[in-house]
Amino acid sequence: MTSAIELVDVTKVYRRYGGRQFATLKSALLQRSILRDLRPEETFQALNNVSFTVPRGQTLGVIGRNGSGKSTALKLVAGITKPTSGTVTVQGRISALIELGAGFHPEISGRENVFINGIMLGLSRRDVQERFDEIVEFAELREFIDAPVKTYSSGMYMRLGFAVAIHVDPDVLLVDEVLAVGDEAFTHKCLDKFAEFKRRNKTILLVTHSLGLVERFCDEALWLDKGEKRGQGDPTRMIGAYMTDVERQEEQLLVETDARAKLVATDASSIERTGPVDAGTVAADMTQATEGRWGSGGVEITGVALSGADGQATHIFHTGEQVTVRLSITAAHPVNDFVFGVGIFNAEGVFVYGTNTEIEEHEPDELHGAGEVRIVFDALNLVEGTYKLDVAVHRRDGAAYDYHRLLYTFRMKSRIKDVGIYRPAHRWDFSPAIRFRLKP
Amino acid sequence: MWTNLATLVRYRGLIRSLVARELTARYRGSVLGFFWSFVNPLMLLSIYSFVFTQILQNKDDIQPYALFMFCGLLPWTWFSSSLNEAAGSLISGSNLIRKVLFPAEVLPIVSVLANMVHFFLGLLILAAFFVGLKYTPDWGDLIWFPLVVVIQLILTTGLALALAALTVHFRDIRDLLSNLLTFWFFATPIIYYYDGSAVQKWKWLFNLNPFFHLSVSYQEILFFHPESAVERTAKGLPPVPAILSIPSPFIEGHLYWLLVLGAIAVCVFLAGYWLFDRLRDSFAEVV
Repeated sequence: MTSAIELVDVTKVYRRYGGRQFATLKSALLQRSILRDLRPEETFQALNNVSFTVPRGQTLGVIGRNGSGKSTALKLVAGITKPTSGTVTVQGRISALIELGAGFHPEISGRENVFINGIMLGLSRRDVQERFDEIVEFAELREFIDAPVKTYSSGMYMRLGFAVAIHVDPDVLLVDEVLAVGDEAFTHKCLDKFAEFKRRNKTILLVTHSLGLVERFCDEALWLDKGEKRGQGDPTRMIGAYMTDVERQEEQLLVETDARAKLVATDASSIERTGPVDAGTVAADMTQATEGRWGSGGVEITGVALSGADGQATHIFHTGEQVTVRLSITAAHPVNDFVFGVGIFNAEGVFVYGTNTEIEEHEPDELHGAGEVRIVFDALNLVEGTYKLDVAVHRRDGAAYDYHRLLYTFRMKSRIKDVGIYRPAHRWDFSPAIRFRLKP
Repeated sequence: MWTNLATLVRYRGLIRSLVARELTARYRGSVLGFFWSFVNPLMLLSIYSFVFTQILQNKDDIQPYALFMFCGLLPWTWFSSSLNEAAGSLISGSNLIRKVLFPAEVLPIVSVLANMVHFFLGLLILAAFFVGLKYTPDWGDLIWFPLVVVIQLILTTGLALALAALTVHFRDIRDLLSNLLTFWFFATPIIYYYDGSAVQKWKWLFNLNPFFHLSVSYQEILFFHPESAVERTAKGLPPVPAILSIPSPFIEGHLYWLLVLGAIAVCVFLAGYWLFDRLRDSFAEVV
């Protein structure tokens, strides 16, 4: 099997020209720096010694976080930029779906733009003539093809750009996150077109954040991270490794936010000392979700920690896992009127769930000194998303000793992208006449 | 550089389409669209004609003055608009350079060629002036016209490439350029006669101005009639030197200057292209 795309030890260093926006000749002359201004001062390594090959007829998905060098890799393969060192070899005609409709002139008609765009992408005039009807058909723009492109909606613009690029009939197709355009039906059409390319043994390089697309569609995945190649191989395995890494970094981030929240919480001066609050006020407060901490301070929550089934502190959970919330409590004086409560909010501020010891009929008896409260959710079936926690200790009439409002964040992950708030335990049953295929 | 220059030939289809696009976009809409684009030179023409025929009498008594000036003004408009547009061409075409595999030199070249077509269309208006004023040029002189156009084309393209490449890095070149072009316009005998006594005094300085030789050529070819051998002897001038026995329409010695300019134009083109090629890789990152 011959390789269609081959990158060997490719390094791409972008130059930042002295950190300036635009140089002016005037300043260059005044500072006698013409030669220096044309020379880069700072550099930024977008790709570092990356090698990979794509055999002919294969589809490679490139995944990675923003700024990982995915688009740079694509531009290098497309030949738009040159590698600083290393070699890029591509066999056959390339078409790059990097920016659709780049080079359309707004004043002239769709028809003329199709010709010019086609010629720009390497077709001859006659080639475009032959494919013209097909292009217009694909773009679904038959009635509008003679109108100036400036009158098109952005969807029409993108569709036309896509239609031209795809009809160049390339041997190597480069796709950079362009499927976000168009409605559902058009996206399907694009995917069908890609599938047709695959059947015809064309090579596709796909850069996308849609991991599902990579998994469904690609023969292999390449994972780039900060300009380095982290791995190449089976898409499911690569995506798994990538997701784990993303979770690890998110955890890091949440630990940092939490540390900040704790700083706020332990800073005594930030506590609003309030008198007894009646229940009505508290209820009204629930709908106004602003972060903060208040209470009379008779009982203090000195620490909040989240942990999973293994007892390890973490901020990332998977739907259905065990989640434990631990509250460290200190009472300045013994009290006999106390209620512990917890509330979960999602990112939109929807109050997902709330409970307390009073509702669940725990009669308070006595609390003195330091202690720990654990709320164990054996299976927290929330859908994927970011959630925030309220924790509180208050009197039975609602007056807060210590109320922590939305200070703690955790993230719920799920392989199943169901929607809503909560995933009730469920299963699907089908009568024998209804059959499903296993996903490849 | 040479291979890039060679591949440029492959893109002639693209260049042709882009020039056509440029012109259709400019003349879009109506027949008037075409005339509108000549409003600026025609206005210049009318005000200069008024000033130089009614207020400041031109000393050299050129008749009809408007026609004389138009002969120099048209190529100047080609030259100056080409450079102005080329200087901004890479910046305005930035989405092409960054997103499409695209030979960047096509953009300034298209600016020059589109303005050249515009210049040719302007010649039609000039022809209408000739007819309207019942003025006949010397038909034989017109053989030399293509040579002058080719020299101007090469020179302009070379300058356009260099300016386009530098403007990407130094954005104020466009502002400087428009001032420089105004200066250059007055430094070139377009609104005044090149063989006048005042110009003769500064002849050496004028000779350094490349556009001087172009505008003189256009005026000689289109406007003035060659002096016949009889007239020359009457004025006590030596006979016209014959190069390959083709009679030259130009004044004494001008043909040599024109040919030197042709050689310089080729050098300017190569230097401009070399500079463009050197800076090429930075375009996608800087624009």
